[in-house]
Amino acid sequence: MFGKLTLEAFPFHVPIVMGTLSVVAILGLALVIALTKYQKWGYLWREWITSVDHKRLGVMYIILAMVMLLRGFADAIMMRTQLAAATNGAAGYLPPEHYDQIFTAHGVIMIIFMAMPFMIGLMNIVVPLQIGARDVAFPFLNNLSFWLAVSGALLVNISLAVGEFAKTGWVAYPPLSELTFSPDSGVDYYIWALQISGIGTTLTGVNFLVTVLKMRTRGMKLMQMPIFTWTCTWANILIVASFPILTGALAMLTLDRYLDFHFFTNDLGGNAMMYINLFWAWGHPEVYILVLPAFGIFSEIISTFSGKRLFGYTSMVFASGAISVLGFIVWLHHFFTMGSSADVNAFFGVTTMIIAVPTGVKLFNWLFTMYKGRVQFKPPVLWTLGFMVTFTIGGMTGVLLSVPGADYVLHNSLFLIAHFHNTIIGGAVFGYLAGFSYWFPKAMGYKLDEKWGKRAFWFWQIGFYVAFMPLYVLGFLGMNRRVNHTDNPDWNMWLYIACAGAFIIALGVLSQLIQLYVSYRDREKNRDVTGDPWNGHTLEWSTMSPPQFYNFAQEPVVKDIDAFTDMKENGTAYQRPEKYAPIHMPRNTGAGFIMGMLLTACGFGMVWHIWWLVIVTFLATIVTYIKRCYDNDIDYYVQPDEIEKIENEHIAAVQSTLKA
Amino acid sequence: MSTSVMNHDAHEHEHHDSGSTTLFGFWMYLMTDCILFASVFATYAVLFMNTAGGPAGHDIFELDYVLIETFALLFSSITYGFAMIGANRGNKQVTLLWLAVTFVLGAVFIGMEINEFAHLIHEGFGPQRSAFLTAFFSLVGMHGLHVTAGLIWMVALMLEVKNRGLSPRTVTRVGCLSLFWHFLDVVWICVFTVVYLMGTVQ
Amino acid sequence: MTDKKVSRVFAGLLFSAVALLSGCSGGVLDPKGQVGVDEKNLILIATGLMLLVVIPVIILTLVFAWKYRASNEDAVYEPKWAHSKKIELVVWLIPIAIIIILGSVTWVTTHHLDPYKPLDHDSKPLEVEVVSLNWKWLFIYPEQNIATVNELVIPAHRQVAFKLTSESVMNSFFIPQLGSQIYTMAAMTTKLHLIADHAGTYKGISANYSGAGFSEMKFNTIATETEADFDQWVNKVKAAPEALSGPVYEQLAEPSEGNPVTYYNSVKAGLFDDIVMKYMQHHGHTPFTGQSGMDSMSAMHQKEHMTGAEE
Repeated sequence: MFGKLTLEAFPFHVPIVMGTLSVVAILGLALVIALTKYQKWGYLWREWITSVDHKRLGVMYIILAMVMLLRGFADAIMMRTQLAAATNGAAGYLPPEHYDQIFTAHGVIMIIFMAMPFMIGLMNIVVPLQIGARDVAFPFLNNLSFWLAVSGALLVNISLAVGEFAKTGWVAYPPLSELTFSPDSGVDYYIWALQISGIGTTLTGVNFLVTVLKMRTRGMKLMQMPIFTWTCTWANILIVASFPILTGALAMLTLDRYLDFHFFTNDLGGNAMMYINLFWAWGHPEVYILVLPAFGIFSEIISTFSGKRLFGYTSMVFASGAISVLGFIVWLHHFFTMGSSADVNAFFGVTTMIIAVPTGVKLFNWLFTMYKGRVQFKPPVLWTLGFMVTFTIGGMTGVLLSVPGADYVLHNSLFLIAHFHNTIIGGAVFGYLAGFSYWFPKAMGYKLDEKWGKRAFWFWQIGFYVAFMPLYVLGFLGMNRRVNHTDNPDWNMWLYIACAGAFIIALGVLSQLIQLYVSYRDREKNRDVTGDPWNGHTLEWSTMSPPQFYNFAQEPVVKDIDAFTDMKENGTAYQRPEKYAPIHMPRNTGAGFIMGMLLTACGFGMVWHIWWLVIVTFLATIVTYIKRCYDNDIDYYVQPDEIEKIENEHIAAVQSTLKA
Repeated sequence: MSTSVMNHDAHEHEHHDSGSTTLFGFWMYLMTDCILFASVFATYAVLFMNTAGGPAGHDIFELDYVLIETFALLFSSITYGFAMIGANRGNKQVTLLWLAVTFVLGAVFIGMEINEFAHLIHEGFGPQRSAFLTAFFSLVGMHGLHVTAGLIWMVALMLEVKNRGLSPRTVTRVGCLSLFWHFLDVVWICVFTVVYLMGTVQ
Repeated sequence: MTDKKVSRVFAGLLFSAVALLSGCSGGVLDPKGQVGVDEKNLILIATGLMLLVVIPVIILTLVFAWKYRASNEDAVYEPKWAHSKKIELVVWLIPIAIIIILGSVTWVTTHHLDPYKPLDHDSKPLEVEVVSLNWKWLFIYPEQNIATVNELVIPAHRQVAFKLTSESVMNSFFIPQLGSQIYTMAAMTTKLHLIADHAGTYKGISANYSGAGFSEMKFNTIATETEADFDQWVNKVKAAPEALSGPVYEQLAEPSEGNPVTYYNSVKAGLFDDIVMKYMQHHGHTPFTGQSGMDSMSAMHQKEHMTGAEE
């Protein structure tokens, strides 16, 4: 009836887990009570869960990312405190079987369930607006993608309460991840969480590529798309070209574990190196998927807050393209130490460092965007400047690691850990947080509190250096990653400093939570009435904040890269047409949510070998999908009088602000 | 100025899920599928010599049997083409007839494949036997699963055509399945060449 | 305010880096063998080359941000200035120039530091076969016909030719102060050449996570000053009570953590090859298989190299 699932699977004997679970349970209960008391269930279902509106989905993606950031960050704090406690041969408080799950979960959550949803969330909110579209090409698919991401996140978090998570590191290399060496449920949770959410990501990539290629507004040529849209487009090309490889690799590992196949086993001719190649053929493009949109965000911010056009737009577009293409021929640098020939290692080393060229060009172009500008030090700009300094250092250590001779002694050391946190936090995360404060007023209708935003930035920035610079040192001192405890007195001081750094970052996270609260409390004061709080360059700022649900009453006509600046300068912004035409809109649907939840149950059934559950939920998923395809009531028209009312309101608000 | 002058028709072309956008999106999805197949092909290329004492390709492949299978699938592509022509002309009966013929040919293909697999497993040459057989069953089986999904889709589509006629939305769907079906044909030609032909000749 | 804080952080960073370079001990910047020395120099050269761009970029970032701050009304403001062929040319050419130099350095040093290549050293290499087990290291000395667990003793001033494999999962054999690491993988053989130029005791680890007992998977590498010292140690091992027979190995291969140093006075003939071939016994009847583990493991980049080294 319950497959492999027994009472043993519940971690009653692990106090840390039980404590966490009870906190989660209390918070969950409070949420349920609040929703019931204020009668918000119907609102939640109609306006959010079933929404196919890209802006709403974007907000939900970012909420998912932030919740997962807290979870992944809790893991990080536990690791740093463990390593600070477990020096001089002490055992610390986390035994390996627990600690090994934590570093695996930390990696998976931060990459797949924090960074990806954050990036996709910003892309959802911004890209259709920037290209003057009413929505994405396939709104229902967009909703489905979101719920598949949630489904994967749910599975990772269910593993905390039922069974365990993988103890393999986030890469899950076989043979360690094979049944022989990891017989427990952890790797299965890993597989199904990544598989389900990965399919959602692939669909997102397809959806947004079609959106930018088919749904740009009138007049907008490809080389006039805003730079953030361009970098997202490159990222989507990478998604479409690389995520299927992950799907394939995970499917093969699944067959090995469930049906005794021999793709990657030690015996009967399996080849574990094939997994490692496939994994990184996805994994390396993946880091560019994360960082390219962040580059786009910095470009938007630096040009907006310098009050200038972006310097070298064409260079920027082609540099991003070069990074994307090169990103596919560098994967072997993740395992120079596997014994490849000098020719092969040297080739992949050189291709890797070539990526530094377009990246360097980008940095210079941001510099020259500030040059002869008027830079306002708002929080988004602080994140950008912090990024430019921090990422440069991370890029340098990355190029160092791409030299095989250096990698032979730095591979798998804490130097590597410092490097990729340097680029992922200093690059991607700083970018998302910059984008978050930049587009927050657009999505929510009011600006974020600047004082707490600046505090958050400084805690993050200083905390980052205190937490990760010691790891570079430790790498040079010969400390390798994923160790549970140490006995080298030379390392202790650096481990303590790193731990302190993690707590400084925690203050940054806390400041952000306070910032959200304060901004919400003072939302009337901070309200963005015009929809254009920063004197923006691109079309998203021509809409209301939050935008009209149909985005644009009529298709804007674009003549310039900085389309909205162009309109403002030529006096064509905020103009009313003689009459409005009805707008065709998709209806909300619960199918995506239902399929996501069914697949969560299906994944859970697969993890615990509960076959009836697998069969029932899988069939139900297909039936739900086919039923949705047969549904004829999927769209409606917004009538001109309603549009007119909304548009008049916006134009009146803009005019009264302009007068004042 | 130009923002304000806008005629009514402009709104028609941004109709959500309009036919050409859907077809393009589906084609894009097929490209991702293509990469999925490519990774499994690459894995097959790495593993196919690892027979681990078990049979190699030329010990187990029956080329004439597979050739019949292949022709069933190739013909089904042609018959699907006729169904597509029917759908574009709005002829419901012709569409249904050729879809049914395609379905039968597809079912013959899948039936023969299942028979081949059952036969191999019965002889003790299942996917658990060696890395080569693992890769063989996975590559051929993955194609087979795609064809099976295509058959299920075809049934759903025939019901839709029968009950609702050939609305633009339905014709777009017939077009998507057409892309899918021809794509699987192309993949099969690669499978046939790389796995069966090269495996037998080797 | 902004740039002051940032520059202070950066100054602290540079300071710690310098302090580290001069003062550290026991890590990869304190090498005790030629391979490690070469790699340390490579790290310093590459870092220096990159700092040529990195430092100006960081300084320019802060200078531009400060100079063109919104409150500085004196600065030039040209909102439409967004293109300059000259600047674009320079910003493409500078990174390209650096990468051409660094790429050439990479090409040369990667071939020079190829772990499979014997070192340019007159000494006759000492051969050591390394097996990673869950979770300990087994060292077999085929010429001396002895074996040890979790202790590697080598004579200084003589290069060591390692042949490595794994009993189970993947590990990475790494002695930070001697230089390069290399993976150990079941059913495969990898190779590594190292040398100790100074006598001493150096820590060795597994650098690749391999499961629960991984943190304790450590060993001491003892480089003896003279050959005589080394021979003396060999004799000590030969005097140990136990031999590494097949059954003793089977027992050793069982997972265990924090194993003490153990000596074996002799080793079952061909044990290392048996371990490599263990998973390969059923390997097929194509002419390619049977030579070595690596042949059938024909992952594209690996094949020719590893088989080449196998003869």
